[in-house]
Amino acid sequence: MEKFVHLTAKACPLTQPNINTDQILPARYLKWPRSRGIGQVLFQDLRFDSEGREIADFPLNRPEWRDARIVVAGRNFGGGSSREAAVYALYDYGIACVIAPSFGDIFAQNAVKNGLLTAILPEAEIAELSDAIASAPTEAVTVDLEQQTITRGNRSYSFTVDPVSRNQLLNGWDDVDLTESRRDEITAFKADDKRKRPWATPSAP
Amino acid sequence: MSEPQTLFDKLWSSHEIAHREDGAALLWIDRHYIHEGSFHAFSQMKSRGRNVAEPGLTFGVADHYVPTRHRDRDIANAEIAAMVRNLTGNAAEAGVTLFGLNDPRQGIVHVVFPEQGLTLPGLSIVCGDSHTSTHGAFGAYAFGIGASEVAHVLMTQTLWQKKPKRMRVTVDGAALPGVAAKDIALAIIARLHSDGAQGHAIEYAGSAIAALSMEGRMTLCNLSIEAGGRCGMVAPDATTFAYLKDRPYAPKGAAFDRATEAWSRLVSDTDAAFDSEVTLDAAAIAPIVTWGTTPDDALPIDAAAPDPARETDAARASYVREALDYMGIAPGKKLNEIAIDRVFIGSCTNSRIEDLRAAAVVLDGRVSKVPGLVSPGSSSVKRQAEQEGLDRIFRAAGLEWAESGCSMCVGINGDVVPPGERCASTTNRNFRGRQGPGARTHLMSPAMVAAAAVNGHLADVRPLLAGRKL
Repeated sequence: MEKFVHLTAKACPLTQPNINTDQILPARYLKWPRSRGIGQVLFQDLRFDSEGREIADFPLNRPEWRDARIVVAGRNFGGGSSREAAVYALYDYGIACVIAPSFGDIFAQNAVKNGLLTAILPEAEIAELSDAIASAPTEAVTVDLEQQTITRGNRSYSFTVDPVSRNQLLNGWDDVDLTESRRDEITAFKADDKRKRPWATPSAP
Repeated sequence: MSEPQTLFDKLWSSHEIAHREDGAALLWIDRHYIHEGSFHAFSQMKSRGRNVAEPGLTFGVADHYVPTRHRDRDIANAEIAAMVRNLTGNAAEAGVTLFGLNDPRQGIVHVVFPEQGLTLPGLSIVCGDSHTSTHGAFGAYAFGIGASEVAHVLMTQTLWQKKPKRMRVTVDGAALPGVAAKDIALAIIARLHSDGAQGHAIEYAGSAIAALSMEGRMTLCNLSIEAGGRCGMVAPDATTFAYLKDRPYAPKGAAFDRATEAWSRLVSDTDAAFDSEVTLDAAAIAPIVTWGTTPDDALPIDAAAPDPARETDAARASYVREALDYMGIAPGKKLNEIAIDRVFIGSCTNSRIEDLRAAAVVLDGRVSKVPGLVSPGSSSVKRQAEQEGLDRIFRAAGLEWAESGCSMCVGINGDVVPPGERCASTTNRNFRGRQGPGARTHLMSPAMVAAAAVNGHLADVRPLLAGRKL
């Protein structure tokens, strides 16, 4: 899978709380295969009106943030539905890191499987960072996963990340390969479990 | 003496195959439920040249995209037809049992698999759907996953997970008549907020929870994700075992008796430690409706919508203003004066037989002032409701009685609330655009949806229950 080590890019503030996966990718696009260009419909109903015209004041539509690769978000970003296509939409649009006070659990799991970093900063620091970005929108932000720092100008923040996710992103580990290396343990578990929990196997109807 | 364990600790440790230094554990998965949305995962699996590791532990159902009308005809929308066909093809190729579009067992994944006795206490259960937490009602560890994890389970029947923290939500006391599991769940979500249980496995406990039927427990556990919880569960008891007895895929005879013996041990030990505890008094819970765009925007029906001018926190005021604007509700408007355009009774949250009965009690002999759709949770629920005559009550009230599926909860099968319309709904998410672009959703119990239908506006169901047998 895709590694994430560090990234220097423009950051776009999107700080209202509870931007759920229905907002990131409305359900009517869930039947699209990823190859159809799912990044085009990222935040569709926030970025565009019902006639398909751009909503000018949506941050990602503003000229200075169209090519942002980092999103600075509010509390509970990515809550709701388990749709991994919400991560595909962000990633394929070009977003490789979201910084927020908290994330939906399933979204965060999906993100790491696709090389997208979910970095956690306290709410006060999110407010400070987004204010700073609003005052000088084009100044780049650097996210360093090894050091767990976010740097903008001479200000640096230490962010929190789940250690399992950090390991996986830094190493680009593939879960299936990791699991295959445990094949003997799985086989042993299965045999033992069949004795311990015979009721766990579905009965024939 | 070993350390006292919570129910969740017991479930976790019985599935742990291996663990890593960074805290991740490899877990065995007992049941994997798939639906039309699993196509990304099948593509990932095929691109690696792999097969389904345990087709006997994988079960599929067509629910998210299925039409709720005209099942005898071909699906008109080619893209939707392809989603259903794709699932059929993938299941057949992998040798996975599928309850397809015209199978008499078809229905919503979180209704059908408990009904079939596939969901059992003590199991680990995953599905590419966030409301998989539903199955925790049986004392199972059940959680939603994304496509990459679905692919991993297909290929290995295992999953790498980090152990969630443990939260206990205790609800004691007796719920008042007219107060349903949905009201208890919305009261919990309002207390915890949409992210209050993030990173946690919730155990629901207390006398009000023990008094719930399996249908009620499923509604409660279903909504765990709306408080941010990784999963929700209720310890199995006599109610659980009575529900499971003689279900098609459950153990039978002596095997069932031995199983219930093992399942009876799936309780939190006295003095087991939780990372956090929340308690509520059931008697203090009134029928609840949502006013905003997240499920924690939930208030008793006799309350008024918030007023941003009275919010002390600027960010909160801004959220309230935007939510009310989207919902088309004036600040401070009394909730029981909000007129509705339509109703929907259905979804994995509230479409089981007990839910339909609760709505029918209110609607019997009355007429809905607005159009509405009733989509039973499964084809079996539909047949049972028809045997009980519930379909006639809904039809006589002017509501449409349809086939089973996810329908107007997620709106991807074509059943949508038109832009700007307001729907009183038994579903789980009042997110912007959830029931269709521009749709305005108010969440509530089936009985409260029926009350809204009869009144044409949000309303307290309790006066309508006077003299009726509950």
